[in-house]
Amino acid sequence: MSLMSEVGQKAFNLGVPLAVHMDVTYRCNERCVHCYLDHDDHGEMTTAEIKDVLDQLAKAGVFFLTFSGGEVFMRRDFFEIVEHARHLMFNVKIKTNAVMIHEAEARRIRELDVDTIQISVYSHRPEVHDAITKLPHSFERTIKSIRFLREQGLRVTIANVLMTVNSSDHPGVQKLAAELGAHYTLDPTITPMMDGDTSVLALRIPGEELPEIFRNPALVGSQEEFCAPPKPPSEEDLEGYSCSAGHSFCYISPYGDVFPCVQFPLPTGNIRRQKFLDIWNFSPQMNEVRSIQAKDLTVCSSCSHVTSCTRCPGLAYVEGSMRGPSTADCEKSFYRTGVPTANMLQQGLSKPRTSVPLVQIRPIAVPA
Amino acid sequence: MPENCIYIARSSAIAARALAGEMMIMNSANSTFFTLNEVATTIFQAADGRTPLREIVRDKICGQFEVDLDEAQADAEQFVAELSGHGILIVSNQPLAAEAP
Repeated sequence: MSLMSEVGQKAFNLGVPLAVHMDVTYRCNERCVHCYLDHDDHGEMTTAEIKDVLDQLAKAGVFFLTFSGGEVFMRRDFFEIVEHARHLMFNVKIKTNAVMIHEAEARRIRELDVDTIQISVYSHRPEVHDAITKLPHSFERTIKSIRFLREQGLRVTIANVLMTVNSSDHPGVQKLAAELGAHYTLDPTITPMMDGDTSVLALRIPGEELPEIFRNPALVGSQEEFCAPPKPPSEEDLEGYSCSAGHSFCYISPYGDVFPCVQFPLPTGNIRRQKFLDIWNFSPQMNEVRSIQAKDLTVCSSCSHVTSCTRCPGLAYVEGSMRGPSTADCEKSFYRTGVPTANMLQQGLSKPRTSVPLVQIRPIAVPA
Repeated sequence: MPENCIYIARSSAIAARALAGEMMIMNSANSTFFTLNEVATTIFQAADGRTPLREIVRDKICGQFEVDLDEAQADAEQFVAELSGHGILIVSNQPLAAEAP
């Protein structure tokens, strides 16, 4: 076990929120075709409120802090927020489309010793990238910004969301990332919009095409290992937990709502009305999430994939039960290994149905 | 002031947080990750750039951990040199101003 994994396990066991993902805004200068967010401002936290939250997070033991959005640079105070976070000695990661990063911003990011900047690039073809972001010349601007960041010696990760409209472009993006000296990650997950509109799901890569991705060594490493049939779970495995959501990780929205994870829209409290540690330690919802062991899962506890599946409790929650299966992950497990899941067998299916529509994080109404 | 007086300050380039009494440190320049034991954490937390290392060892280490001053000082100097090599601590024979990101 690596030192990082050991520390992660220690935080998990102690119930320390080691990592927090904070969206500082949902506003954005791009209008990506697959984006699930409502880009209007429904009352974002002020600079002072965010600084206070950061103070509380530092005291609570948070070490890894990811700032995301929306587009983080839509906030004029973003550098002030990052500066405060770095004074508090957080390890800071920024997710951005980088369109607003020029030489001066890149230099400032380096001066603030930000750990990593993750940037969305959808294609190596400008016309495809721009058609997805709906912002003319966004490809050119994003790539130029990546070069500025790399010139400063900063670590850049290119995140390549795969969907029907760019499904054949991942080798080109991977090559581009190598040329730019950036890391490359790929994600085939598309989620519905915040208002429940599921039309964006039409952009999802059909399940039948996932095996091509899962059997590509350039993307998954060892195919034999990645696609290996699941091993039967041990008793110890069944005592285990799904993921770090609510255990050592949580998500904070621009409106101060606290959730177990960015993909887990179970409201646990609002930081404008409560102290972060009160929500983290005493929220009944947070405590319910962290009480669920593999043996408690209604369908998955009897599934052969239970130890290797990427089952997301948040996606399961939006399907109806945080103890139930997450169909999108059942689909991935099946197409990765060829072995049917308990969820499929229970429904008498030989291959997964079209994924169930999902609902994403919604802002919680704060009483006046 | 003794000739061999050592002052130590935490680098502004690092991220750090205590977890159950042990300090986690990450240097963003090279993504190296460290954890410090309780004694090392005490020295790290006291590295304000103004307090001489010997004073830190005498006041924070010897009292709390019941160790001999000279022995503790030698260990501390070795530890400080190591962390300095990794860019985590800044070492000087003059008082240091706190670095701001």
